[in-house]
Amino acid sequence: MAMKENLRTLLGAGWLGWQMEANWTDPFLFLVYSVAKPVSGALILVFMYIVILGGVAAQSTAFAYIFLGNAFFIYVGQVLFGVTWVIHEDREHFQTLKLIYISPISFYYYIIGRAGSKILIATIAVVVTLLFGVFALGIPVDAFTMDWGLLILCLTVGMACLVSIGIALAGITFLTAKHSGGINEGIAGLFYVFCGVVFPITQLPAWGQSLGYAIPVTYWLEAMRKALLPAQQLQGTGLQGIENIWLVALLAVSALFFYFLSILIFRLGDYLARRAGKIDMTTAY
Amino acid sequence: MKEYLLLNLRALKGRAYPRVVGGTRELSWIFFDTVLPLLTVAAYVFVYKYLGTFEGPQQEYIAQFIGYVILGGAMTAYWMNVLWSMAAQFYWEKEIGNLQLYMIAPMSRMAVLGGMALGGMFYTSVRAISTIVIGVLIFGVTFSLGPPIYLVLVFILTLIALYGMGMLFASLYMIYGREAWHMSSLLTEPIYLVSGFYFPVRYLGSIVALSASIIPITLGLDALRQLMFTETAGIHGFLPVEVELVALAVLSVLFLFLARHSLRFMENLGRKTGRLTMRWQ
Repeated sequence: MAMKENLRTLLGAGWLGWQMEANWTDPFLFLVYSVAKPVSGALILVFMYIVILGGVAAQSTAFAYIFLGNAFFIYVGQVLFGVTWVIHEDREHFQTLKLIYISPISFYYYIIGRAGSKILIATIAVVVTLLFGVFALGIPVDAFTMDWGLLILCLTVGMACLVSIGIALAGITFLTAKHSGGINEGIAGLFYVFCGVVFPITQLPAWGQSLGYAIPVTYWLEAMRKALLPAQQLQGTGLQGIENIWLVALLAVSALFFYFLSILIFRLGDYLARRAGKIDMTTAY
Repeated sequence: MKEYLLLNLRALKGRAYPRVVGGTRELSWIFFDTVLPLLTVAAYVFVYKYLGTFEGPQQEYIAQFIGYVILGGAMTAYWMNVLWSMAAQFYWEKEIGNLQLYMIAPMSRMAVLGGMALGGMFYTSVRAISTIVIGVLIFGVTFSLGPPIYLVLVFILTLIALYGMGMLFASLYMIYGREAWHMSSLLTEPIYLVSGFYFPVRYLGSIVALSASIIPITLGLDALRQLMFTETAGIHGFLPVEVELVALAVLSVLFLFLARHSLRFMENLGRKTGRLTMRWQ
Protein backbone atom coordinates (compact mmCIF):
# COMPACT_ATOMS: atom_id res chain seq x y z
CA MET A 1 0.00 0.00 0.00
CA ALA A 2 2.81 2.38 1.01
CA MET A 3 4.66 1.39 -2.18
CA LYS A 4 1.66 2.39 -4.27
CA GLU A 5 1.37 5.70 -2.42
CA ASN A 6 5.08 6.42 -2.89
CA LEU A 7 4.90 5.58 -6.59
CA ARG A 8 1.98 7.97 -6.96
CA THR A 9 3.99 10.65 -5.15
CA LEU A 10 6.96 10.03 -7.44
CA LEU A 11 4.86 10.36 -10.59
CA GLY A 12 2.93 13.37 -9.34
CA ALA A 13 6.09 15.18 -8.24
CA GLY A 14 7.79 14.31 -11.52
CA TRP A 15 4.88 15.73 -13.49
CA LEU A 16 4.82 18.86 -11.29
CA GLY A 17 8.56 19.33 -11.73
CA TRP A 18 8.28 19.02 -15.49
CA GLN A 19 5.48 21.61 -15.61
CA MET A 20 7.51 24.01 -13.46
CA GLU A 21 10.56 23.56 -15.66
CA ALA A 22 8.90 23.64 -19.04
CA ASN A 23 5.54 25.38 -19.16
CA TRP A 24 6.86 28.94 -18.81
CA THR A 25 7.40 29.16 -22.55
CA ASP A 26 6.68 27.40 -25.84
CA PRO A 27 8.39 24.05 -26.56
CA PHE A 28 10.78 25.50 -29.17
CA LEU A 29 12.14 28.19 -26.87
CA PHE A 30 12.39 25.64 -24.08
CA LEU A 31 14.43 23.37 -26.34
CA VAL A 32 16.75 26.25 -27.29
CA TYR A 33 17.11 27.14 -23.62
CA SER A 34 17.85 23.53 -22.66
CA VAL A 35 20.47 23.17 -25.37
CA ALA A 36 22.20 26.59 -25.39
CA LYS A 37 23.65 26.32 -21.90
CA PRO A 38 25.35 22.92 -22.14
CA VAL A 39 26.59 23.45 -25.68
CA SER A 40 28.08 26.81 -24.66
CA GLY A 41 29.73 25.16 -21.67
CA ALA A 42 31.27 22.57 -23.98
CA LEU A 43 32.34 25.25 -26.45
CA ILE A 44 34.28 27.10 -23.74
CA LEU A 45 36.46 24.02 -23.35
CA VAL A 46 36.64 23.53 -27.11
CA PHE A 47 37.95 27.07 -27.58
CA MET A 48 40.41 26.70 -24.71
CA TYR A 49 41.66 23.57 -26.45
CA ILE A 50 41.81 25.22 -29.88
CA VAL A 51 43.62 28.30 -28.55
CA ILE A 52 46.35 26.25 -26.87
CA LEU A 53 46.75 23.33 -29.28
CA GLY A 54 45.63 24.90 -32.54
CA GLY A 55 42.69 22.54 -33.24
CA VAL A 56 40.64 19.65 -31.89
CA ALA A 57 42.41 17.15 -34.15
CA ALA A 58 45.61 17.60 -32.14
CA GLN A 59 45.76 14.96 -29.37
CA SER A 60 42.28 13.70 -30.31
CA THR A 61 42.17 11.10 -27.51
CA ALA A 62 42.74 13.82 -24.92
CA PHE A 63 40.08 15.96 -26.59
CA ALA A 64 37.54 13.11 -26.49
CA TYR A 65 38.40 12.54 -22.81
CA ILE A 66 37.74 16.21 -21.97
CA PHE A 67 34.62 16.53 -24.10
CA LEU A 68 32.91 13.36 -22.85
CA GLY A 69 33.72 14.11 -19.22
CA ASN A 70 32.25 17.58 -19.58
CA ALA A 71 29.16 16.29 -21.40
CA PHE A 72 28.28 13.75 -18.70
CA PHE A 73 29.05 16.24 -15.96
CA ILE A 74 25.87 18.05 -17.05
CA TYR A 75 24.03 15.38 -15.07
CA VAL A 76 26.01 16.17 -11.94
CA GLY A 77 25.30 19.91 -12.06
CA GLN A 78 21.65 19.54 -13.03
CA VAL A 79 20.74 16.80 -10.59
CA LEU A 80 22.57 18.26 -7.58
CA PHE A 81 21.30 21.75 -8.31
CA GLY A 82 17.81 20.52 -9.12
CA VAL A 83 17.31 18.46 -5.98
CA THR A 84 18.54 21.05 -3.51
CA TRP A 85 16.78 23.87 -5.32
CA VAL A 86 13.45 22.13 -4.69
CA ILE A 87 13.75 22.97 -0.99
CA HIS A 88 14.62 26.59 -1.66
CA GLU A 89 12.05 27.05 -4.41
CA ASP A 90 9.16 25.45 -2.54
CA ARG A 91 10.06 27.11 0.77
CA GLU A 92 10.82 30.66 -0.29
CA HIS A 93 9.56 31.23 -3.79
CA PHE A 94 6.26 29.41 -4.02
CA GLN A 95 6.00 29.10 -0.22
CA THR A 96 4.38 25.69 -0.58
CA LEU A 97 6.87 23.63 1.43
CA LYS A 98 4.74 23.72 4.57
CA LEU A 99 1.69 22.68 2.57
CA ILE A 100 3.51 19.71 1.07
CA TYR A 101 4.72 18.82 4.56
CA ILE A 102 1.19 18.51 5.94
CA SER A 103 -0.09 16.53 2.97
CA PRO A 104 -0.22 12.71 3.40
CA ILE A 105 2.82 11.91 1.23
CA SER A 106 6.46 11.01 1.79
CA PHE A 107 8.49 14.18 1.32
CA TYR A 108 11.55 12.08 0.51
CA TYR A 109 9.78 10.50 -2.47
CA TYR A 110 8.40 13.88 -3.46
CA ILE A 111 11.97 15.19 -3.87
CA ILE A 112 13.03 12.11 -5.81
CA GLY A 113 10.08 12.69 -8.13
CA ARG A 114 11.05 16.32 -8.64
CA ALA A 115 14.60 15.15 -9.41
CA GLY A 116 13.16 12.94 -12.16
CA SER A 117 12.20 15.98 -14.22
CA LYS A 118 15.72 17.38 -13.79
CA ILE A 119 17.21 14.10 -15.01
CA LEU A 120 14.95 14.21 -18.06
CA ILE A 121 16.06 17.75 -18.96
CA ALA A 122 19.70 16.90 -18.29
CA THR A 123 19.37 13.87 -20.57
CA ILE A 124 18.19 16.11 -23.43
CA ALA A 125 21.19 18.40 -22.85
CA VAL A 126 23.67 15.50 -22.64
CA VAL A 127 22.34 13.88 -25.82
CA VAL A 128 22.46 17.17 -27.76
CA THR A 129 25.99 17.90 -26.49
CA LEU A 130 27.15 14.41 -27.47
CA LEU A 131 25.56 14.72 -30.92
CA PHE A 132 27.29 18.09 -31.34
CA GLY A 133 30.58 16.48 -30.35
CA VAL A 134 30.17 13.57 -32.73
CA PHE A 135 28.93 15.44 -35.79
CA ALA A 136 30.58 18.87 -35.43
CA LEU A 137 33.80 18.01 -33.63
CA GLY A 138 34.46 14.47 -34.80
CA ILE A 139 34.38 12.61 -31.46
CA PRO A 140 34.56 8.98 -32.69
CA VAL A 141 31.54 7.57 -30.82
CA ASP A 142 30.00 4.73 -32.82
CA ALA A 143 26.60 3.30 -31.86
CA PHE A 144 27.66 -0.12 -33.23
CA THR A 145 30.87 -0.44 -31.23
CA MET A 146 29.96 1.22 -27.94
CA ASP A 147 29.26 -0.89 -24.84
CA TRP A 148 25.52 -0.41 -24.41
CA GLY A 149 25.28 -2.72 -21.41
CA LEU A 150 27.92 -0.80 -19.45
CA LEU A 151 26.36 2.51 -20.49
CA ILE A 152 22.85 1.67 -19.32
CA LEU A 153 23.99 -0.06 -16.13
CA CYS A 154 26.39 2.70 -15.04
CA LEU A 155 24.02 5.46 -16.08
CA THR A 156 21.27 3.98 -13.88
CA VAL A 157 23.50 3.35 -10.86
CA GLY A 158 25.23 6.71 -11.32
CA MET A 159 21.88 8.55 -11.35
CA ALA A 160 20.84 6.78 -8.15
CA CYS A 161 24.10 7.88 -6.57
CA LEU A 162 23.76 11.50 -7.75
CA VAL A 163 20.15 11.76 -6.56
CA SER A 164 21.24 10.41 -3.16
CA ILE A 165 24.00 13.00 -2.88
CA GLY A 166 21.50 15.67 -3.98
CA ILE A 167 19.04 14.62 -1.27
CA ALA A 168 21.77 14.76 1.36
CA LEU A 169 22.50 18.33 0.22
CA ALA A 170 18.77 19.08 0.29
CA GLY A 171 18.84 18.07 3.96
CA ILE A 172 21.52 20.70 4.56
CA THR A 173 19.55 23.25 2.53
CA PHE A 174 16.74 22.99 5.10
CA LEU A 175 19.04 24.89 7.45
CA THR A 176 20.57 27.44 5.08
CA ALA A 177 19.29 30.73 3.70
CA LYS A 178 18.71 31.95 0.14
CA HIS A 179 22.14 30.85 -0.99
CA SER A 180 21.48 27.12 -1.38
CA GLY A 181 22.79 27.71 -4.91
CA GLY A 182 26.19 28.22 -3.29
CA ILE A 183 26.16 24.70 -1.86
CA ASN A 184 25.38 23.24 -5.27
CA GLU A 185 27.94 25.40 -6.99
CA GLY A 186 30.53 24.44 -4.42
CA ILE A 187 29.90 20.69 -4.40
CA ALA A 188 29.61 20.59 -8.19
CA GLY A 189 32.86 22.60 -8.34
CA LEU A 190 34.50 20.14 -5.96
CA PHE A 191 33.53 17.25 -8.20
CA TYR A 192 34.57 19.22 -11.30
CA VAL A 193 38.09 19.63 -9.95
CA PHE A 194 38.72 16.33 -8.21
CA CYS A 195 36.84 13.76 -10.32
CA GLY A 196 38.80 13.88 -13.56
CA VAL A 197 36.04 15.60 -15.49
CA VAL A 198 38.06 17.78 -17.86
CA PHE A 199 41.60 16.66 -17.09
CA PRO A 200 43.07 13.42 -15.70
CA ILE A 201 43.26 13.39 -11.90
CA THR A 202 46.95 12.59 -12.21
CA GLN A 203 47.39 16.34 -12.84
CA LEU A 204 46.33 16.99 -9.22
CA PRO A 205 48.67 16.92 -6.25
CA ALA A 206 48.77 13.60 -4.35
CA TRP A 207 46.19 14.65 -1.74
CA GLY A 208 43.87 15.82 -4.54
CA GLN A 209 44.21 12.48 -6.32
CA SER A 210 43.35 10.63 -3.10
CA LEU A 211 40.24 12.78 -2.73
CA GLY A 212 39.30 12.09 -6.35
CA TYR A 213 39.61 8.35 -5.84
CA ALA A 214 37.20 8.59 -2.89
CA ILE A 215 34.40 10.22 -4.90
CA PRO A 216 32.15 7.89 -6.93
CA VAL A 217 31.69 10.46 -9.71
CA THR A 218 35.32 9.77 -10.73
CA TYR A 219 34.53 6.12 -11.47
CA TRP A 220 31.19 6.95 -13.01
CA LEU A 221 32.74 9.31 -15.58
CA GLU A 222 35.45 6.76 -16.37
CA ALA A 223 32.77 4.12 -16.91
CA MET A 224 30.82 6.44 -19.22
CA ARG A 225 33.95 7.08 -21.30
CA LYS A 226 34.71 3.38 -21.47
CA ALA A 227 31.14 2.64 -22.54
CA LEU A 228 31.16 5.22 -25.34
CA LEU A 229 34.72 4.75 -26.56
CA PRO A 230 35.77 1.22 -25.55
CA ALA A 231 38.68 1.14 -27.99
CA GLN A 232 40.06 4.63 -27.37
CA GLN A 233 41.23 5.17 -23.81
CA LEU A 234 43.55 7.94 -22.68
CA GLN A 235 46.69 6.76 -20.92
CA GLY A 236 47.91 8.29 -17.65
CA THR A 237 44.46 8.97 -16.19
CA GLY A 238 45.16 6.91 -13.07
CA LEU A 239 42.08 4.78 -13.77
CA GLN A 240 42.90 3.04 -17.03
CA GLY A 241 43.81 -0.26 -15.34
CA ILE A 242 40.47 -0.76 -13.58
CA GLU A 243 38.27 -3.46 -15.10
CA ASN A 244 34.68 -2.60 -16.01
CA ILE A 245 33.29 -5.06 -13.47
CA TRP A 246 35.13 -3.26 -10.68
CA LEU A 247 33.92 0.11 -11.90
CA VAL A 248 30.32 -1.14 -11.73
CA ALA A 249 30.89 -2.72 -8.32
CA LEU A 250 32.43 0.48 -6.92
CA LEU A 251 29.54 2.51 -8.25
CA ALA A 252 26.93 0.15 -6.82
CA VAL A 253 28.52 0.14 -3.36
CA SER A 254 28.90 3.91 -3.28
CA ALA A 255 25.32 4.40 -4.49
CA LEU A 256 24.11 2.21 -1.61
CA PHE A 257 26.31 4.09 0.87
CA PHE A 258 25.07 7.49 -0.28
CA TYR A 259 21.46 6.24 -0.25
CA PHE A 260 21.66 5.49 3.48
CA LEU A 261 23.70 8.64 4.13
CA SER A 262 21.14 10.76 2.31
CA ILE A 263 18.32 9.37 4.48
CA LEU A 264 20.33 10.13 7.59
CA ILE A 265 21.29 13.69 6.61
CA PHE A 266 17.86 14.47 5.22
CA ARG A 267 16.10 13.36 8.41
CA LEU A 268 18.59 15.24 10.58
CA GLY A 269 18.21 18.42 8.48
CA ASP A 270 14.44 18.06 8.60
CA TYR A 271 14.47 17.57 12.40
CA LEU A 272 16.78 20.52 13.06
CA ALA A 273 14.85 22.79 10.66
CA ARG A 274 11.59 22.00 12.45
CA ARG A 275 13.20 22.66 15.82
CA ALA A 276 14.61 25.99 14.60
CA GLY A 277 11.35 26.97 12.88
CA LYS A 278 13.00 27.13 9.46
CA ILE A 279 10.52 25.09 7.45
CA ASP A 280 8.75 28.21 6.16
CA MET A 281 11.74 30.55 6.40
CA THR A 282 12.03 33.28 3.76
CA THR A 283 15.21 35.27 3.16
CA ALA A 284 15.37 38.19 0.79
CA TYR A 285 18.44 40.31 1.09
CA MET B 1 14.92 69.78 -5.57
CA LYS B 2 17.45 69.42 -2.75
CA GLU B 3 14.87 67.57 -0.67
CA TYR B 4 14.14 65.17 -3.53
CA LEU B 5 17.85 64.56 -4.02
CA LEU B 6 18.32 63.81 -0.32
CA LEU B 7 15.30 61.52 -0.38
CA ASN B 8 16.80 59.53 -3.26
CA LEU B 9 20.19 59.37 -1.59
CA ARG B 10 18.49 57.99 1.52
CA ALA B 11 16.66 55.44 -0.63
CA LEU B 12 19.91 54.48 -2.29
CA LYS B 13 21.60 54.00 1.06
CA GLY B 14 18.57 52.19 2.44
CA ARG B 15 18.54 49.65 -0.42
CA ALA B 16 22.29 49.13 -0.33
CA TYR B 17 22.29 48.57 3.44
CA PRO B 18 20.56 45.15 3.60
CA ARG B 19 22.93 43.80 0.97
CA VAL B 20 26.01 44.90 2.84
CA VAL B 21 24.69 43.81 6.24
CA GLY B 22 22.91 40.70 4.92
CA GLY B 23 26.17 39.43 3.53
CA THR B 24 27.80 39.56 6.94
CA ARG B 25 24.81 38.21 8.88
CA GLU B 26 24.86 34.93 6.97
CA LEU B 27 28.34 33.74 7.82
CA SER B 28 28.02 30.68 5.60
CA TRP B 29 27.71 33.11 2.65
CA ILE B 30 31.29 34.19 3.12
CA PHE B 31 32.41 30.59 2.71
CA PHE B 32 30.09 29.78 -0.19
CA ASP B 33 30.78 33.01 -2.04
CA THR B 34 34.54 33.01 -1.71
CA VAL B 35 36.06 29.56 -1.36
CA LEU B 36 33.68 27.27 -3.23
CA PRO B 37 33.41 29.16 -6.55
CA LEU B 38 37.20 29.01 -6.74
CA LEU B 39 36.92 25.32 -7.47
CA THR B 40 35.52 25.86 -10.96
CA VAL B 41 38.27 28.37 -11.65
CA ALA B 42 40.81 25.82 -10.36
CA ALA B 43 39.42 23.22 -12.77
CA TYR B 44 40.05 25.52 -15.72
CA VAL B 45 43.54 26.25 -14.41
CA PHE B 46 44.26 22.51 -14.36
CA VAL B 47 42.87 22.21 -17.90
CA TYR B 48 45.41 24.79 -19.08
CA LYS B 49 48.16 23.06 -17.13
CA TYR B 50 47.18 19.75 -18.72
CA LEU B 51 47.03 21.24 -22.23
CA GLY B 52 50.40 22.82 -21.54
CA THR B 53 51.93 19.32 -21.38
CA PHE B 54 51.33 19.00 -25.15
CA GLU B 55 53.12 20.91 -27.85
CA GLY B 56 51.06 23.75 -29.28
CA PRO B 57 51.21 27.33 -30.56
CA GLN B 58 50.49 28.88 -27.12
CA GLN B 59 52.46 26.45 -24.97
CA GLU B 60 54.90 29.15 -23.83
CA TYR B 61 52.06 31.37 -22.55
CA ILE B 62 50.34 28.86 -20.26
CA ALA B 63 51.24 30.92 -17.17
CA GLN B 64 49.46 33.93 -18.67
CA PHE B 65 46.43 31.84 -19.59
CA ILE B 66 46.20 30.66 -15.99
CA GLY B 67 46.20 34.32 -14.96
CA TYR B 68 43.47 35.06 -17.52
CA VAL B 69 41.32 32.29 -16.04
CA ILE B 70 41.71 33.60 -12.51
CA LEU B 71 40.83 37.12 -13.61
CA GLY B 72 37.89 35.80 -15.65
CA GLY B 73 36.75 33.70 -12.70
CA ALA B 74 36.82 36.77 -10.47
CA MET B 75 34.75 38.74 -12.97
CA THR B 76 32.12 35.99 -13.19
CA ALA B 77 31.11 37.08 -9.68
CA TYR B 78 30.06 40.49 -11.04
CA TRP B 79 28.22 39.00 -13.98
CA MET B 80 26.33 36.59 -11.70
CA ASN B 81 25.52 39.45 -9.37
CA VAL B 82 24.18 41.55 -12.24
CA LEU B 83 22.05 38.67 -13.52
CA TRP B 84 20.63 37.42 -10.24
CA SER B 85 20.76 40.38 -7.90
CA MET B 86 20.05 43.18 -10.37
CA ALA B 87 18.23 41.87 -13.44
CA ALA B 88 16.09 39.26 -11.71
CA GLN B 89 15.77 41.19 -8.44
CA PHE B 90 12.55 43.05 -9.27
CA TYR B 91 11.06 39.71 -10.19
CA TRP B 92 12.09 38.45 -6.72
CA GLU B 93 10.79 41.61 -5.08
CA LYS B 94 7.47 41.12 -6.85
CA GLU B 95 7.28 37.51 -5.73
CA ILE B 96 7.85 38.40 -2.07
CA GLY B 97 5.63 41.47 -2.16
CA ASN B 98 8.23 44.27 -1.95
CA LEU B 99 7.79 45.68 -5.45
CA GLN B 100 4.44 47.27 -4.71
CA LEU B 101 6.00 48.98 -1.68
CA TYR B 102 8.69 50.48 -3.91
CA MET B 103 5.98 51.71 -6.26
CA ILE B 104 4.01 53.57 -3.60
CA ALA B 105 7.11 55.08 -1.97
CA PRO B 106 7.94 58.65 -3.14
CA MET B 107 11.53 58.04 -4.33
CA SER B 108 12.82 57.30 -7.83
CA ARG B 109 13.01 53.66 -8.80
CA MET B 110 16.49 54.40 -10.15
CA ALA B 111 17.58 55.15 -6.57
CA VAL B 112 16.40 51.69 -5.52
CA LEU B 113 18.30 50.11 -8.41
CA GLY B 114 21.33 52.25 -7.63
CA GLY B 115 21.27 51.03 -4.02
CA MET B 116 20.98 47.44 -5.16
CA ALA B 117 23.95 48.01 -7.46
CA LEU B 118 26.13 49.62 -4.77
CA GLY B 119 25.33 46.93 -2.20
CA GLY B 120 25.85 44.24 -4.81
CA MET B 121 29.19 45.70 -5.87
CA PHE B 122 30.35 45.63 -2.26
CA TYR B 123 29.68 42.00 -1.49
CA THR B 124 30.62 40.85 -4.98
CA SER B 125 33.96 42.61 -4.67
CA VAL B 126 34.65 40.50 -1.57
CA ARG B 127 34.19 37.37 -3.66
CA ALA B 128 36.11 38.69 -6.66
CA ILE B 129 39.07 39.93 -4.65
CA SER B 130 39.19 36.64 -2.72
CA THR B 131 39.25 34.71 -5.99
CA ILE B 132 42.18 36.74 -7.27
CA VAL B 133 44.13 36.67 -4.00
CA ILE B 134 43.66 32.93 -3.40
CA GLY B 135 44.25 32.18 -7.08
CA VAL B 136 47.48 34.16 -7.05
CA LEU B 137 48.66 32.48 -3.85
CA ILE B 138 47.79 28.92 -4.89
CA PHE B 139 48.73 29.02 -8.56
CA GLY B 140 51.58 31.50 -8.32
CA VAL B 141 50.26 33.96 -10.90
CA THR B 142 52.54 36.93 -11.50
CA PHE B 143 51.28 40.18 -12.99
CA SER B 144 53.09 42.71 -15.12
CA LEU B 145 50.94 45.75 -14.49
CA GLY B 146 50.29 48.65 -16.86
CA PRO B 147 49.46 52.24 -15.81
CA PRO B 148 47.46 52.10 -12.53
CA ILE B 149 45.21 55.00 -13.58
CA TYR B 150 44.09 53.01 -16.62
CA LEU B 151 43.45 49.96 -14.43
CA VAL B 152 41.27 51.96 -12.05
CA LEU B 153 39.41 53.70 -14.88
CA VAL B 154 38.74 50.46 -16.76
CA PHE B 155 37.53 48.72 -13.62
CA ILE B 156 35.21 51.55 -12.56
CA LEU B 157 33.79 52.10 -16.05
CA THR B 158 33.26 48.35 -16.48
CA LEU B 159 31.27 48.19 -13.26
CA ILE B 160 29.20 51.30 -14.11
CA ALA B 161 28.39 49.97 -17.59
CA LEU B 162 27.74 46.48 -16.26
CA TYR B 163 25.44 47.56 -13.46
CA GLY B 164 23.77 50.01 -15.87
CA MET B 165 23.02 47.00 -18.03
CA GLY B 166 21.73 45.25 -14.90
CA MET B 167 19.37 48.16 -14.26
CA LEU B 168 18.12 47.94 -17.85
CA PHE B 169 17.55 44.21 -17.47
CA ALA B 170 15.79 44.80 -14.14
CA SER B 171 13.28 47.06 -15.84
CA LEU B 172 12.72 44.52 -18.60
CA TYR B 173 12.38 41.64 -16.14
CA MET B 174 10.00 43.60 -13.91
CA ILE B 175 6.83 42.30 -15.50
CA TYR B 176 8.21 38.85 -16.26
CA GLY B 177 7.14 35.74 -14.43
CA ARG B 178 9.33 32.65 -14.30
CA GLU B 179 10.84 33.73 -17.64
CA ALA B 180 13.05 36.10 -15.63
CA TRP B 181 14.64 33.26 -13.69
CA HIS B 182 15.16 31.16 -16.80
CA MET B 183 16.47 34.10 -18.78
CA SER B 184 19.12 34.81 -16.17
CA SER B 185 19.99 31.14 -16.11
CA LEU B 186 20.33 31.16 -19.89
CA LEU B 187 22.68 34.14 -19.83
CA THR B 188 25.45 32.39 -17.91
CA GLU B 189 27.46 29.87 -19.97
CA PRO B 190 26.68 31.46 -23.37
CA ILE B 191 27.94 34.81 -22.04
CA TYR B 192 31.00 33.16 -20.44
CA LEU B 193 31.72 31.84 -23.92
CA VAL B 194 31.19 34.93 -26.09
CA SER B 195 32.70 37.37 -23.58
CA GLY B 196 35.88 35.32 -23.26
CA PHE B 197 35.80 34.77 -19.51
CA TYR B 198 38.22 31.85 -19.74
CA PHE B 199 40.23 32.65 -22.87
CA PRO B 200 41.01 35.88 -24.75
CA VAL B 201 37.96 37.03 -26.71
CA ARG B 202 40.01 37.76 -29.86
CA TYR B 203 40.14 34.00 -30.56
CA LEU B 204 36.40 34.02 -31.27
CA GLY B 205 37.04 36.17 -34.33
CA SER B 206 36.44 39.88 -34.88
CA ILE B 207 32.74 39.64 -35.71
CA VAL B 208 31.80 37.61 -32.61
CA ALA B 209 34.11 39.62 -30.37
CA LEU B 210 32.70 42.94 -31.65
CA SER B 211 29.13 41.71 -31.26
CA ALA B 212 29.90 40.51 -27.73
CA SER B 213 31.33 43.93 -26.89
CA ILE B 214 27.80 45.18 -26.22
CA ILE B 215 28.23 43.28 -22.94
CA PRO B 216 30.54 45.61 -21.00
CA ILE B 217 32.42 42.80 -19.32
CA THR B 218 33.79 41.65 -22.70
CA LEU B 219 35.77 44.84 -23.24
CA GLY B 220 36.39 45.37 -19.54
CA LEU B 221 37.90 41.94 -19.10
CA ASP B 222 39.99 42.24 -22.25
CA ALA B 223 41.33 45.63 -21.13
CA LEU B 224 42.04 44.40 -17.60
CA ARG B 225 43.97 41.43 -19.00
CA GLN B 226 46.01 43.71 -21.22
CA LEU B 227 46.75 45.98 -18.26
CA MET B 228 47.60 43.18 -15.84
CA PHE B 229 49.62 41.07 -18.28
CA THR B 230 51.32 43.75 -20.35
CA GLU B 231 53.91 41.43 -21.93
CA THR B 232 51.18 39.50 -23.81
CA ALA B 233 48.81 42.44 -24.40
CA GLY B 234 49.84 42.73 -28.03
CA ILE B 235 49.44 38.99 -28.65
CA HIS B 236 46.17 38.22 -26.85
CA GLY B 237 44.43 41.61 -26.65
CA PHE B 238 41.41 42.35 -28.83
CA LEU B 239 41.36 46.18 -29.18
CA PRO B 240 43.75 48.87 -27.86
CA VAL B 241 43.01 49.69 -24.21
CA GLU B 242 42.27 53.35 -25.03
CA VAL B 243 39.57 52.32 -27.51
CA GLU B 244 38.07 49.91 -24.98
CA LEU B 245 38.09 52.66 -22.35
CA VAL B 246 36.12 55.02 -24.61
CA ALA B 247 33.72 52.25 -25.57
CA LEU B 248 33.11 51.44 -21.89
CA ALA B 249 32.40 55.12 -21.16
CA VAL B 250 29.88 55.21 -24.01
CA LEU B 251 28.24 51.98 -22.81
CA SER B 252 28.00 53.38 -19.25
CA VAL B 253 26.06 56.44 -20.41
CA LEU B 254 23.98 54.43 -22.87
CA PHE B 255 22.87 51.77 -20.40
CA LEU B 256 22.01 54.24 -17.63
CA PHE B 257 20.00 56.34 -20.09
CA LEU B 258 18.19 53.29 -21.49
CA ALA B 259 17.57 51.90 -18.00
CA ARG B 260 15.90 55.12 -16.86
CA HIS B 261 13.55 55.24 -19.85
CA SER B 262 12.90 51.54 -19.95
CA LEU B 263 12.05 51.52 -16.25
CA ARG B 264 9.41 54.19 -16.77
CA PHE B 265 7.99 52.46 -19.85
CA MET B 266 7.84 49.01 -18.27
CA GLU B 267 6.34 50.35 -15.06
CA ASN B 268 3.54 52.00 -17.02
CA LEU B 269 3.06 48.83 -19.04
CA GLY B 270 2.96 46.80 -15.84
CA ARG B 271 0.37 49.14 -14.34
CA LYS B 272 -1.81 48.90 -17.47
CA THR B 273 -1.62 45.11 -17.71
CA GLY B 274 -1.86 44.57 -13.96
CA ARG B 275 1.34 42.54 -13.80
CA LEU B 276 3.22 44.53 -11.19
CA THR B 277 1.66 42.65 -8.31
CA MET B 278 1.07 39.32 -10.03
CA ARG B 279 2.90 36.53 -8.20
CA TRP B 280 3.76 32.90 -8.86
CA GLN B 281 3.19 33.10 -12.62
